[in-house]
Amino acid sequence: MRTQIEQVGAQFIALTTSFAQGFWFSLQLLWAVPSALLRVGEWMRQLYFAGVLSLLIIMVAGFFVGMVLALQGYNILVSFNATEIVGQMVALSLLRELGPVVAALLFAGRAGSALTAELGLMKSTEQLSALEMMGLDPVKRIFAPRFIAVLLALPMLAMLFSVMGILGGYLVAVPGLSVDDGAFWAQIQASVSWDEDVINSMIKSLVFAVTIGLVALFQGVQAMPTAEGVSRATTNTVVHSSLLVLGLDFVLTALMFN
Amino acid sequence: MSEIMIDIQDLSFSRGSRLIFDRVSLQIPRGKVTAIMGPSGTGKTTLLKLIAGQLTPTHGRVLVDGLDVHQLARVDLFNLRKRMGMLFQSGALLTDLSVFDNIALPLREHTKLPEAAIRTLVLMKLEAVGLRGASELMPSELSGGMSRRVALARAVALDPQMIFYDEPFAGQDPIGMGILVRLIRNLNDAMGLTSVVVTHDVDEVLTIADHAVVLSGGRVIMSGSVEALRASQDPWVHQFIYGEADGPVAFHYPAQDYKQQLLAGVQ
Repeated sequence: MRTQIEQVGAQFIALTTSFAQGFWFSLQLLWAVPSALLRVGEWMRQLYFAGVLSLLIIMVAGFFVGMVLALQGYNILVSFNATEIVGQMVALSLLRELGPVVAALLFAGRAGSALTAELGLMKSTEQLSALEMMGLDPVKRIFAPRFIAVLLALPMLAMLFSVMGILGGYLVAVPGLSVDDGAFWAQIQASVSWDEDVINSMIKSLVFAVTIGLVALFQGVQAMPTAEGVSRATTNTVVHSSLLVLGLDFVLTALMFN
Repeated sequence: MSEIMIDIQDLSFSRGSRLIFDRVSLQIPRGKVTAIMGPSGTGKTTLLKLIAGQLTPTHGRVLVDGLDVHQLARVDLFNLRKRMGMLFQSGALLTDLSVFDNIALPLREHTKLPEAAIRTLVLMKLEAVGLRGASELMPSELSGGMSRRVALARAVALDPQMIFYDEPFAGQDPIGMGILVRLIRNLNDAMGLTSVVVTHDVDEVLTIADHAVVLSGGRVIMSGSVEALRASQDPWVHQFIYGEADGPVAFHYPAQDYKQQLLAGVQ
């Protein structure tokens, strides 16, 4: 009995400690961002790894999601004789929800996990210690440029996801299901508002980017310097950031569209 | 200038509930090669991290050239670290930079030297470790011994006053070992360094060390000249230095009675 109580206590202490460490880590990281912005070369290189290398998966996924949306939407709308608004439906679903959320989930799996694994390995091969021993701060040198790259990459990728989705929806609806071409675009133009939909979509992506960046980097530094530790941290990154993205999405949606 | 470069006073350190150092005091003389030896798991690497201020002791203090490492502000600590070089067991080269850029990194970050001067300095450091020809390679293309030599060149890039070697001989073939042994001694004498070599490769390190410290079970077992160490009558030190299989450190891991355990399976 006592050991169970002790276990609960120990878990609680571990949880609060890790929260405190995460908070402290985030503060240090955010503090280092402005000076790291000046090192353009470094974050540009990271932007290539986080952004350019995620292009394919994001674009292909966006394309298919858009096609599926158009297909499913058409099947319902056809019974109301309202198939012209399939464009509006695809565009709004993508911009408001699926673009930022699915892109963030894919990004967490593709770039977030890669970041964690990279940092975990740098830690286990003592590269981070070596930087400290040279009198260089790894937060400034290693973490901040990667964080900046994530912040820049995800909003752009999410926007691209939505664009590809609309394109996929168009291909299914107009040539495929013979929805009127002009009506498809006119409905999108009439219903999508810049402030409410596009800007909010970008805000969502930016919040998700901060979340994924912090989780991935923190898991990387916290990883036990063993093969098992790095693999567990990588899994944690994907699980934690996915859940946080979905939870935050609900909060943001409630704030933005009510 | 005091004869003592690093003065460890009454140092205790524990990790979780395990006490790693129990009120250890030792001095590391200036300008000499000091060997710190002990069996695996005695916290030799931890001692280096304590000296460099990467870990904080639970008790006691570490004075490096008169400065209390753990009382320094972060900026001062980073400045002190520019006077220290550390050779990590794994080399710890940054894997995304070439050999040249790895060595140039501390110079580019901490000095305002023009690129031409940095190039000259990097090539000089590489020449000193015999790897000038490898300057364009990536760390993944180097053998274990080579990456340790590159790391050594990086560790001395800023012309530090002291250099710490963490298990420099581990996993080296005889030639690589011979090269490293010679490099440690030559660099120490040529650059007027204070070298600290943490290792359990007793034979290799005792050929170049001036001063030796033996750690075990969180305490200093012996500290003195290499001759004194070799002549030590202490049975534990004797077993360690000559690598005997049985002695005060038993060959058998503690276990229940052998006969009883065998018979228990029969019944």
